[in-house]
Amino acid sequence: MYDAVCNRGLRKLREYVVQCLIYSAVVLVSAVFIWLLIDLLRGGLSHLSWEFVTELPRDAGRAGGIASILISTLLILLVAVLTAVPVAWMTAILLAEFVAIGSWFGKTVRFSLYVLAGVPSIVFGLFGNAFFCVYLGLGFSILSGGLTLACMLLPILTSTAEAGLRAVSHTYRLAASALGLSRAAALLHLILPAAAPAMAAGLLLGIGRALAETAALLFTSGYAERMPDSLLDSGRALALHIFDLSMNVPGGDEPAYASALVLVSLLLGINILAMKFAYGLQRSKLML
Amino acid sequence: MPIDQWLPGMLRAGALIALLVMSFILIFLIGESWPVLSKLSIAQLGTDSSWHPLEGAYNLMPMLTATVLASTGALLLAIPLGLASALFTVFYAPSCLAISYKRLIELLAGIPSVVFGFWGLTVLVPLLNQWQPPGASLLAGILVLTLMILPTVTVMAHAALAAVPVELVRSAAALGLSRFGTIQGVMLPAAKAGITAGIILAGARALGETMAVLMVAGNVVQYPETVFDPVRTLAANIALETAYAMGDHRAVLFVSGLLLMGLIMVLAAMAEALGKRQHV
Repeated sequence: MYDAVCNRGLRKLREYVVQCLIYSAVVLVSAVFIWLLIDLLRGGLSHLSWEFVTELPRDAGRAGGIASILISTLLILLVAVLTAVPVAWMTAILLAEFVAIGSWFGKTVRFSLYVLAGVPSIVFGLFGNAFFCVYLGLGFSILSGGLTLACMLLPILTSTAEAGLRAVSHTYRLAASALGLSRAAALLHLILPAAAPAMAAGLLLGIGRALAETAALLFTSGYAERMPDSLLDSGRALALHIFDLSMNVPGGDEPAYASALVLVSLLLGINILAMKFAYGLQRSKLML
Repeated sequence: MPIDQWLPGMLRAGALIALLVMSFILIFLIGESWPVLSKLSIAQLGTDSSWHPLEGAYNLMPMLTATVLASTGALLLAIPLGLASALFTVFYAPSCLAISYKRLIELLAGIPSVVFGFWGLTVLVPLLNQWQPPGASLLAGILVLTLMILPTVTVMAHAALAAVPVELVRSAAALGLSRFGTIQGVMLPAAKAGITAGIILAGARALGETMAVLMVAGNVVQYPETVFDPVRTLAANIALETAYAMGDHRAVLFVSGLLLMGLIMVLAAMAEALGKRQHV
């Protein structure tokens, strides 16, 4: 009798202790995260202004703004997206619509994309440097950086688009063929429009990933902070600007805070938009 | 309309490009590493006296040790925190709180590594410096990495826990199991494979992470004696030296890239195998 009461008390205590531990872990994580956000906001807002976004950087970025850096970032993103999207989406359509799921070709492509997704970004940087900058002779340029990022984007864009295409109900395909539509027509008029939100979500996530990337651009797109003249000119991406200001420029903390705030807000906007598109899809699958 | 005839061919060409990219990456990494792989012996990368690339001494072991230590430390912190976060959202929190906490974690996942590094550099490192100089240390790297991999552990654990069949939970309740009893005896064993897959993926991410660690860990090539010593990881080393490396030095950096990629591929394959088992 005494034992039973004692056991029950112990068990209650254990419940209580575990609950306390879990709550304190959650409070800790939230506190650190809110600390980080408040820090970013406080440090960034004091330096952020319209001029900061529209002026060219001066004095190694200590003064002036980030206009040329935003332009370079945009150009790198454009190169990456414009080259990666056609390849990725064509691959996704092929994998989802034209190739049997267990076929040799499909398996090989899917496996190589899976491996590609696991490659760390610094290794993409090494490859980009060896292939685009040196072998193809593009040098440190926006084009090299963009193409390196395009390689990084391939797996994300393909897997999200393939998932979106596979999520289209099979009745669409059956109905289309019952109506005598060709496969291409069914694809263009029925399946692609139905999968468009998922593909858009994947595209936005890919853009977010590219925007956040630093390591792959370190020795592919270069460091120059001036306004780029052409795609073959070196251009500094926003994430790299934050890195350079905080590591190599004494007294660069304030503009670095402001740039970090700009970068995080851009990413936040892109991610929220992506989640809106992906509503109902497996969010966790898209996120990781 | 001939579109039906040329469309599959065109799509196949696109997929071939995707395949080519993968093989090009491997070919170029191996090609650039070749001078070292063929001339110097691999063993030399572990037995040379030190890392003095300009004098031909290429010992990667201190950096490999630092990489593994930083990732392990980050995992040790991120596993309990991430698991607690997932359990909180699945079992303990009222639904509105659970949703906002999930949003918070998703936000955390969206913050780029350079911003974590910058925050670590301006906030964490000075704080650590007051406690145990120099501040930029293995510990700073571990803390920043923890923040970065926490969302991976949490999201994967949450997905695994949420996928446990509801009959199991009901049976546990019918047997009169307490909340922690259900978690410990039913949920965690049922979700074990998925949770482990998440942990392995998080580890892989930590191994390959470059910028954040580069910014806070101090970048001194040495075996750390305590967590307060500055260290340099393999990825950070590549980022620091590729810009000016020539000849064998450059080749060794590519070898270290190949090494990182190999490690991460093994981990990713393990995670994939475990993830498959979860769904059966």
